[in-house]
Amino acid sequence: MNAIGKLGLKQRYALLTRGLDWEPSYQPRDKVFPYAAFEGIKVHDWSKWEDPFRLTMDAYWKFQAEKERKLYAVLDSFAQNNGQLGLTDARYVNAIKLFLTGVSPLEYQAHRGFAHTGRHLPGIGPRIAAQMQSLDELRHVQTQVHTISHYNKFFDGFHDWQHMHDRVWYLSVPKSFFDDARTGGPFEFMIAIGFSFEYVLTNLLFVPFMSGAAYNGDLATVTFGFSAQSDESRHMTLGIEVIKFLLEQDPDNLPIVQKWVDKWFWRGHRVLGLVAMMMDYMLPRKIMSWREAWDIYFTEAGGSLFEDLARYGLRPPRYADVATAEAEHISHQNWAIFYQYTHAAAFHTWLPSDEEMDWLSEKYPNTFDKYYRPRLEMWREMEKEGKRFYNNGLPQLCTTCQIPMGYTEPGDPGTICFRTSEFRGETYHFCSDGCKDIFDDEPEKFAQSWLPVHQIFQGNCGGASVEDVLRWYRMNLGADNMDQAGSPDQRQWDAWMEARRRVAG
Amino acid sequence: MTIDIKTLKVEPRRQTYANIARRFGVDKPASRYEEATLDIQATANFHYKPLWGADHWHFDEGRTAVVMRDWYALRDPRQYYYATYNIARANQYQTTERNFEFVEKRALLALMEPAWRDTVEFYLLPLRHAEWAANMNGADMCDRGYGTAVTAPCLFAGVDHLAMAQIIGRIGLALDGNTGTSLERARERWMTAPEWQEIRRLAEDTLVIGDWFEQFVAQNLCIDGVLYPLVYGRFDAEGQRAGGAGVSMLTEFMSDWSAENARWADAVIKGAAAESPENRALISGWFATWSRRAADAWRPLAMRVLGEAAGAAAADEASGALTARARKLGLDV
Repeated sequence: MNAIGKLGLKQRYALLTRGLDWEPSYQPRDKVFPYAAFEGIKVHDWSKWEDPFRLTMDAYWKFQAEKERKLYAVLDSFAQNNGQLGLTDARYVNAIKLFLTGVSPLEYQAHRGFAHTGRHLPGIGPRIAAQMQSLDELRHVQTQVHTISHYNKFFDGFHDWQHMHDRVWYLSVPKSFFDDARTGGPFEFMIAIGFSFEYVLTNLLFVPFMSGAAYNGDLATVTFGFSAQSDESRHMTLGIEVIKFLLEQDPDNLPIVQKWVDKWFWRGHRVLGLVAMMMDYMLPRKIMSWREAWDIYFTEAGGSLFEDLARYGLRPPRYADVATAEAEHISHQNWAIFYQYTHAAAFHTWLPSDEEMDWLSEKYPNTFDKYYRPRLEMWREMEKEGKRFYNNGLPQLCTTCQIPMGYTEPGDPGTICFRTSEFRGETYHFCSDGCKDIFDDEPEKFAQSWLPVHQIFQGNCGGASVEDVLRWYRMNLGADNMDQAGSPDQRQWDAWMEARRRVAG
Repeated sequence: MTIDIKTLKVEPRRQTYANIARRFGVDKPASRYEEATLDIQATANFHYKPLWGADHWHFDEGRTAVVMRDWYALRDPRQYYYATYNIARANQYQTTERNFEFVEKRALLALMEPAWRDTVEFYLLPLRHAEWAANMNGADMCDRGYGTAVTAPCLFAGVDHLAMAQIIGRIGLALDGNTGTSLERARERWMTAPEWQEIRRLAEDTLVIGDWFEQFVAQNLCIDGVLYPLVYGRFDAEGQRAGGAGVSMLTEFMSDWSAENARWADAVIKGAAAESPENRALISGWFATWSRRAADAWRPLAMRVLGEAAGAAAADEASGALTARARKLGLDV
């Protein structure tokens, strides 16, 4: 053998990986990469791509296998020791129900979406990075299913998570978000998920759920959260590298990328409203308010990110100011929607206790007492009279985000915000200027939306009555739905706690 | 004396997710493979047609002419999900790593006869580009396929091919003293050497196959089914007489991998062909086309490595073994 020179990591990675590509000559390049041009993105030189990780496959396997060994040891021990008994309260489990039915299927969509870009991005560097992210996202959905498998054995609402994700009205909010990203071109997907979601907004999804788990005794979920953290940091790096690369490659890319940043910021903001409500209302032991999380993770962190990107001509997303103003309201408005419609949801709701109301007053001094406490107190009175309020009408949905039209006008929390657009002789309704703009830019796309309420009225969801629809959702009526008080989950929890007191003597 | 540990009696209310219980007709504990695989892909009520192909949904059974009542019938006999897959490969690669150390320490590659060393450079190193096409095909099948039972292992196979391309690259660096010159030469051969051109044409043609299950048959059965037995079987055996034991050690991963991956590919193809006479006819037709092309593409290289007569015979032999394998899978051949 020849004398061995030491290669630098970068050089070695380049030889082992970047050199694999070749210019096809038996098939035309545009047939091999058929989706590279239609979005209008111009890339002149893929070799300018700087690989942020330089992970060879063997290194990937080694790191990931080590993490999996540790994670599954914790999951086994959690199940063996009935870790659910260590939770702060049975109400906490509802946050995990929302996670499995609303978020885990998105991890799966990300897995397949990154397989798509891992095949179709014409540069070998980002293509491999996308393939690794595709693997990671498969990891996330599978470890979540395994973690929550134990909860499914003891609590309601988890049992048909994928079936529900494809059908249930509020789950069409996260589902349509990801369907939108998956059906965009490969570059839009990278900006939508890789940049806007993973880089700008993921801290507002992941950190609250995982910190919520840590604060509420959910050792299993917090372990997969920690375990996924190093994957997430790779994903964030890929997202930021992609946006910088596109902006550096051609000035014509700027308006396209800016439009996607605007769109996907607003789409993400609407989905994150579910997290807002989880943080402020669903966690028995609270971490911080949504408002505080928004200030830290979007206003501060996002602010410095966009300052950094300003040198490419990119400006902060349109309506960021509106979203920031909404942080005072969104959790209260969302929880009110779910409180009214919990007979049609696969998780339970409840009214906050006195202490919780006081916490909300303290965290939301400008809005809670003025706009939201009176309604909650009225509902509490109704409960006392045995008239727990359920709304038996079906709500109008925003065509873009698919959330019931319960949000208020910017600057006027007493008036519901309505916007409309005409397209091909039909009127479409929106909850906000952000959602209307998104529709107006791609009306052919958003006119296709599978809106759950429309579908129910058209008879496509199992029948004419609410009960027919819920059975079509495969909800176990009287168990998965309705108020937390009196639910089988709560009764079982109370029995466990009572037995524990007896055992403790 | 017995010690009675006081515990709460906590009874589960169900054993597994409802979709699994429905499949098995009974609520009993399910394996991690089953819970993390079956039914986890969305199947209904999609919102928008893809801008990159409005003729299908992004998850759509119609991207292949193969028809299955249940795509989850095509399970992976290895029962790989992310964790078991990664742990298996990490363990496997530990051996590869040790073999590299061993071969380097004993300078085993230097024991090769110079002529054979040139031959190894000629047949092995350009192969990493074919592995790269196989990688893209794996990602492509994962993207376009239907049902996690098939699509997840397609991505696993895809990144396995990347790993094998990188092993070949490491062998090149071991041969050229970490300069990369052998890899440059190999790329030149991949692009221009006559013995490689039909192989490259075949690789490029698989990148544009419209039906993903046809791509599955072409890549996982036909191409892999000719390439691995020839390169890591026949070529490698030839090298034994010329001091090539070091190369055998460094490519042990590929031999083990191809046997393991074939178990999965066979299960998928056998299951799909057994589903209906229509599927069997389709898959048999694809097999006829792509197995012939694979054998023809590899024949010139086999002749260069093994000599004209022996090379042609080896290609025919590989093709014959593949046909026998296809017959066992229920294909009409």
